[in-house]
Amino acid sequence: MQTNKLSKLLVFGGIVTFLFLYIPLVVLILYSFNDSRINVGWVGFTLKWYQVLFADQQLVAAALNSLLIAVIASTVSVILGTMAGVALHRYKIPFLTALVMVPVAAPELLVGVSLLLFFLLINFTLGYASIILAHTAFCISFVTIAVKSRMFGMDDSIIDAARDLGASPLKAFCLVLIPSILPGIIAGWLMAFTLSLDDFVITFFTAGVGSSTLPLAIYSMLKMGVTPEINAASTIIILFTLILTSIATKLSPQLFK
Amino acid sequence: MAILEIKNITKQFDDNLVVDNISINIEQGEFFTLLGPSGCGKTTLLRMLAGFITPDSGSILLDGKDITHLPPEKRPLHTIFQSYALFPHLTVFDNIAFPLKMAHWDKHKITAQVEELLEDVRLTKFMWRYPHELSGGQKQRVAIARSLVDRPKLLLLDEPLSALDARLREHMHIELVKLQEETGVTFVYVTHDQQEALALSSRIAVMNLGSIEQLDKPAVVYSKPKTYFVADFLGKCNLLKAEVLAITDTGVKLKVADSIEFEIVDVDNGNYAVGQIGWYSIRPEKIKLSRKMPTTEFMYIDKVVVNGYYYYGDATLYELSFDGQVKLQVMLSNTKAEEPNFFIDNSEVFLSFDPEAGNFIAEDQCSN
Repeated sequence: MQTNKLSKLLVFGGIVTFLFLYIPLVVLILYSFNDSRINVGWVGFTLKWYQVLFADQQLVAAALNSLLIAVIASTVSVILGTMAGVALHRYKIPFLTALVMVPVAAPELLVGVSLLLFFLLINFTLGYASIILAHTAFCISFVTIAVKSRMFGMDDSIIDAARDLGASPLKAFCLVLIPSILPGIIAGWLMAFTLSLDDFVITFFTAGVGSSTLPLAIYSMLKMGVTPEINAASTIIILFTLILTSIATKLSPQLFK
Repeated sequence: MAILEIKNITKQFDDNLVVDNISINIEQGEFFTLLGPSGCGKTTLLRMLAGFITPDSGSILLDGKDITHLPPEKRPLHTIFQSYALFPHLTVFDNIAFPLKMAHWDKHKITAQVEELLEDVRLTKFMWRYPHELSGGQKQRVAIARSLVDRPKLLLLDEPLSALDARLREHMHIELVKLQEETGVTFVYVTHDQQEALALSSRIAVMNLGSIEQLDKPAVVYSKPKTYFVADFLGKCNLLKAEVLAITDTGVKLKVADSIEFEIVDVDNGNYAVGQIGWYSIRPEKIKLSRKMPTTEFMYIDKVVVNGYYYYGDATLYELSFDGQVKLQVMLSNTKAEEPNFFIDNSEVFLSFDPEAGNFIAEDQCSN
């Protein structure tokens, strides 16, 4: 009887959690199809906000910037993060593992301010290059964690086996280690990509004058009020993130357990 | 000629001497076993043969060629790992083809060779499966096929059956011996399972604390243990305090458990001296029990008290004592169809044995 009550309570809690998370998003998505200039009351179905969105040169340019930044930052951080993840797994140094986790847990505001101060200190011109560097910096941690958790479930002796069966250290790394942790690497890349694409706070601090990404562009549009055009842009971002995170979850189940 | 010569190999980790000046010659086609408890250095020795650990001193010769400092990929030998170590991203076929691809074999030759091996281990049906879709026994067979596909000179096996259940393990024993006989590849097998070592090997090296305690055929290691450790580690053994009374032409005369005297044949008894103390070792199944005075010419001891017994199905193990404090074990086969007529607790019985069934272990042979 007791367990029955408990399980009912858990189901209830689960439902509330998901409602809490998704009601605002669902409302936002619904209003992107609303045939009205203002976000109050349902008037009728329309796709015109999406047309307006794609006609907005500035917004499309910002979106393309965001995509380019995300591709570069996530790819660079995948290369570095994979090496870090493998190294941390092989030479179990607890303190370094904790240090890798810190940027994930640290407040974004703090990371953003410190990066800004750092760039100013070394006289680095703020612009797309600084945004890419900043994104790479915080994405590495996520990739490292994804790769490391994938390696945790791996049989370490497969590297020895590869050597034993005639592979040089480099061949063992490329032909056996990398392919067997590939799901973790891809999951890390997807996570890094979505994080970079959506990032606002760190980008805000490290972007120079004139450089714009999609979140920055949406933020500046918000100053004129929340228009259905922003709803449409957000809907597309949500959809994109949803697809990428579901692929990442499928590829690296250990990471999300 | 020995295919593998291990000469004075020593390895130390920090202050811990793991392998202490070991020398072994292994003959072509042998099934050689390194047997010992965990931490005895057997796995370290195997990893030095495979090339994953470099010895501090000594050398390893394979087929007359010094391989001591060759990296693992340059050694014409393979290892079967405890965890099988199959590549999870490759199919059964590609796993087995891996060493051939590394050796740059021709594509058609690879296919033909892999298919032949797949047939040998009866896995042809499973060649396009991935390792996670196989059972434990099948994975084991893939690992064996992968290690034999390029006909290595030597196969090292690191407790390969310890992850399997008892029934499958016994089945794999037969398969391993058959495969070894068919291929003629020399096996060096590491295990802590004495039953497995006795059943499979042509010779066994019993290791303890980095040294070899005894190296001989299974039947000799079992029935004539040279040291206290070997007697104690391999199966059950009665070790009774003994003293050398005299040295004869053929053996030694012993006083056992301060009460009984008899002579045993010992061909290599050169080291013994009168007055030397040690143990008389005799296996429990080599002793007989009776309710009446035995009529054989064997040694017998009377007024032995039954302290308890354990029924194992195929045999019954008796815990006995005589002279108040001398304890020993006797194993009797249950040869009759009906329930055995057990010797019940606290009853007094006679035990008899052929003195030749046991041997003398001098105390200085004791390593612990």
